[in-house]
Amino acid sequence: MANISNYIDKINSKGEKALSVFLTSGFPQKENFVDLACSVFDAGADILEIGFPFSDPLADGPVIQNSSHLAIQNGINLKTTLEYAEKIKAKNDKPIILMGYANPILKYGIKKFAQDAISAGVDGIIIPDIPINEYEEFYDSSFDPLDIILLITPTTNGKRITEIDNISRGFVYCVSVSGTTGVRNFAQNANNDFLANAYSLIKKNKTMIGFGISTPEDVKKFSPYCDGVIVGSAVIKTLFEEQKNYANTLKLISSLKQACKSA
Amino acid sequence: MTEYNLPDNNGRYGKFGGKYVPETLITPLEELEKVYLEAKSDPEFIKELNALNKEYTGRPTPLTFAERLTKHYGKGKIYLKREDLCHTGAHKINNALGQILLAKRLGKKRIIAETGAGQHGVATATVCAKFGLECHVYMGEVDIERQKPNVFRMRLLGAEVIPVSSGSKTLKDATNEAIRDWVANVGNTHYIIGSVMGPHPYPMLVRDFQSIIGIETKAQILEAEGRLPDYAIACVGGGSNAMGMFYPFLNDSVKKIGVEAAGLGLDTDKNCATLTLGQEGIFQGMKTYLLQDEFGQVLEVYSISAGLDYPGVGPEHSYLKDSQQVKYVSIDDKQALAATALLSKLEGIIPALESAHAIAYLESLAPTTTKDDIIIVNVSGRGDKDLQTIMNNLG
Repeated sequence: MANISNYIDKINSKGEKALSVFLTSGFPQKENFVDLACSVFDAGADILEIGFPFSDPLADGPVIQNSSHLAIQNGINLKTTLEYAEKIKAKNDKPIILMGYANPILKYGIKKFAQDAISAGVDGIIIPDIPINEYEEFYDSSFDPLDIILLITPTTNGKRITEIDNISRGFVYCVSVSGTTGVRNFAQNANNDFLANAYSLIKKNKTMIGFGISTPEDVKKFSPYCDGVIVGSAVIKTLFEEQKNYANTLKLISSLKQACKSA
Repeated sequence: MTEYNLPDNNGRYGKFGGKYVPETLITPLEELEKVYLEAKSDPEFIKELNALNKEYTGRPTPLTFAERLTKHYGKGKIYLKREDLCHTGAHKINNALGQILLAKRLGKKRIIAETGAGQHGVATATVCAKFGLECHVYMGEVDIERQKPNVFRMRLLGAEVIPVSSGSKTLKDATNEAIRDWVANVGNTHYIIGSVMGPHPYPMLVRDFQSIIGIETKAQILEAEGRLPDYAIACVGGGSNAMGMFYPFLNDSVKKIGVEAAGLGLDTDKNCATLTLGQEGIFQGMKTYLLQDEFGQVLEVYSISAGLDYPGVGPEHSYLKDSQQVKYVSIDDKQALAATALLSKLEGIIPALESAHAIAYLESLAPTTTKDDIIIVNVSGRGDKDLQTIMNNLG
């Protein structure tokens, strides 16, 4: 289908980088989550990643751990997340990606999940604890209409980057640092050699960089090595700080999109 | 019967096991597997590990005939494998020594570990002290509270004990934090997992390092009785002492029984009988049986014994359950406490609360045996660390 890939390509052809924003499903409030998601799109997000919560999020730092924990306490699960996706999709045709860990999907039923995600209008999925080693064991043909987005990290060697690029659909998620999700200082952590090498090796897919992007300056520093950026913890952190309206969060997103345009 | 030969090349035991980890960890896991496979067939490595097992840990540990316990039940002939006599007080040192030698080969200077009861943390802190490596142990706040002597022991050995306040504040959460640390520090850090769990190759290599328990037991019982036992019993949390005992007997007709913790009872939500009540799941790098809710969220589990208080189980146990090569049963807190008192009074051996679960199963098993049936129970650790808990409950 290559929905997401074509979509990013259109953005790139305008001389812009794509901006993907991560929200934890049903966070901070489950009642107005659909409105928040639509506002995030309006503020400049090109792609929305909705994280369905898991009790033991291994790849996440404290910020997303806390939002996932609250979401679970608020009764959010894979089913409610699929319902959100369907409602958001009804108001907006930009791509929606579901992101989360394998166990809630296994429990939901792998085939049933694929079918329900497709009928909800979901475009892609990211499951960080299904590396290519477990790809064939986990996914089956029912996932064909969905983009299965795979990750690379600074420990992924060149041969494996090519292998992952060949299997991934939609884009390759390039993790900028070895570590969990979270806000960090770009200058101290990012490995430019890895990013440059990865970007040159990824030929089949678009490259989106995530982990550690929180400011317009970060976007500019990463933009030579990617077709777009993913921001997660910085958004969740701002949502934690805001009590009622989401003015600061939306302001952050539009400033990041501005940086994507001039990158 | 075909020779047991698992895991396969993908690190699977049937459908269980595998490497369900974030991409960052794939390369270090492959490195670890390569170094382990080289070491395993390197005579120098084997020699060094054997020497440490003998001169540092005090192996072989005895196989003790439990004369008064045997008389108490009037049936069966009960032997105890005395892992409680290992240096540091439990079987955990067998694995820690093997892995510290691997860390040396990997050139890693920083060691991290998770711990529940504190026995694996103490074992890791011990080997780090001996080899002069930096040691950080993640431990849940609940466990820090109920295993104070071990926390002090680790600190005395020079390790940093890092309290974990997420989730149920026990072993599961300590393991999450240790994995997160490893993801962030893979370059200089080796993660010494304490049980036969996590992503491949850990379940395999921990099992191999622990299988010295079963190898010794086999030789000792052949010497004492001239034949193999009829039963081998061990407790199962993650399941490393049980795999260590069972693995060398997998091709034999010995009946193997793994004992899980039923906590306050199987009909309550306060237990951790994963193999009895769990369903297939993907958790902490492995596919295995898992205690989870209808949405696939991992449950907060409970046992009086911190070492068994874990919602998952080593993937090889999941396979051995489904293939019916091992029988899994459960014992609750009260039964374990009673067994602690019984073994203390009849044999002069105060077992760890974990091991007491295995002892307690004799109440069910012994009456079904004849007086010639040989039963071996693995006493995986000693009870000193549990004295406060035991006093609170029996005192």
